[in-house]
Amino acid sequence: MNGPLSVATIVVALVLAAWFLLRAALNRAPGRPELIATAALGVLVAVLVVLAVIGLFDGSRPSETATFCGYLITTIAFAPVALYLARMEPTRWGNLILGVACLVLPVLVLRLEQIASVTVA
Amino acid sequence: MPDSPAPQRSRPADSALNTGFGRVLLFVYALGALSASSRGLVQVITHFAEAPLAYLLSAFAGLVYLVATVGLAIGGERGRRIALVSCSIELVGVLVVGTLSVADAVAFPDDTVWSRYGSGYGYVPLILPFVGLWWIWRHRPRPS
Repeated sequence: MNGPLSVATIVVALVLAAWFLLRAALNRAPGRPELIATAALGVLVAVLVVLAVIGLFDGSRPSETATFCGYLITTIAFAPVALYLARMEPTRWGNLILGVACLVLPVLVLRLEQIASVTVA
Repeated sequence: MPDSPAPQRSRPADSALNTGFGRVLLFVYALGALSASSRGLVQVITHFAEAPLAYLLSAFAGLVYLVATVGLAIGGERGRRIALVSCSIELVGVLVVGTLSVADAVAFPDDTVWSRYGSGYGYVPLILPFVGLWWIWRHRPRPS
């Protein structure tokens, strides 16, 4: 796993989560900036996942490879699904969906880091 | 469906089961379905013999979340009933498995989503059925 990129993803996700939850609390629907920000986060996550997949093919693999792959698929699908649902929900709840997604994403990245750190040669 | 009764104007709340906050619930339930069922699947495939009951429960939990997700997605009277049943099973499941995992840790060597009342998942599995049932109850059919 790419350490600095993981940290960057987590920080960006948490900052966005705070913003989305604030917007939801203020009873605002997600606008263009929110949707674009989520899409950008999705791109960041996608880069992280692609690098992790490349990492699977050089040298050491996580000992729980199946679980790792499951988490990778979940992680990469996360932002797009949240975006899709939030677009269907042009109310405050749309922002809550984005907020929840941005709170769970750091957990997923941390779990990925955790699984990746236990390797077999 | 042809067997469903004619739409009644007295049930406007029903149609909203899958919108608004319901859409947030749908997202969280879908997440629960994915994490519980994939966890259960990995456990059943890789080391089923270690604790068959716990791993089957793990997979079963995933199935329950999946059904609840479908119910919330369909909405309407039928979706509401599906969600009601699965949320009730979920509530019983998290309470029973949570208690068992505390009382008999040997039978539950690996965590399932419901172990120790879902503490491995920030107790979300414990809170979620209450929130789900509250939302479903709010959208109960009301005559007139």
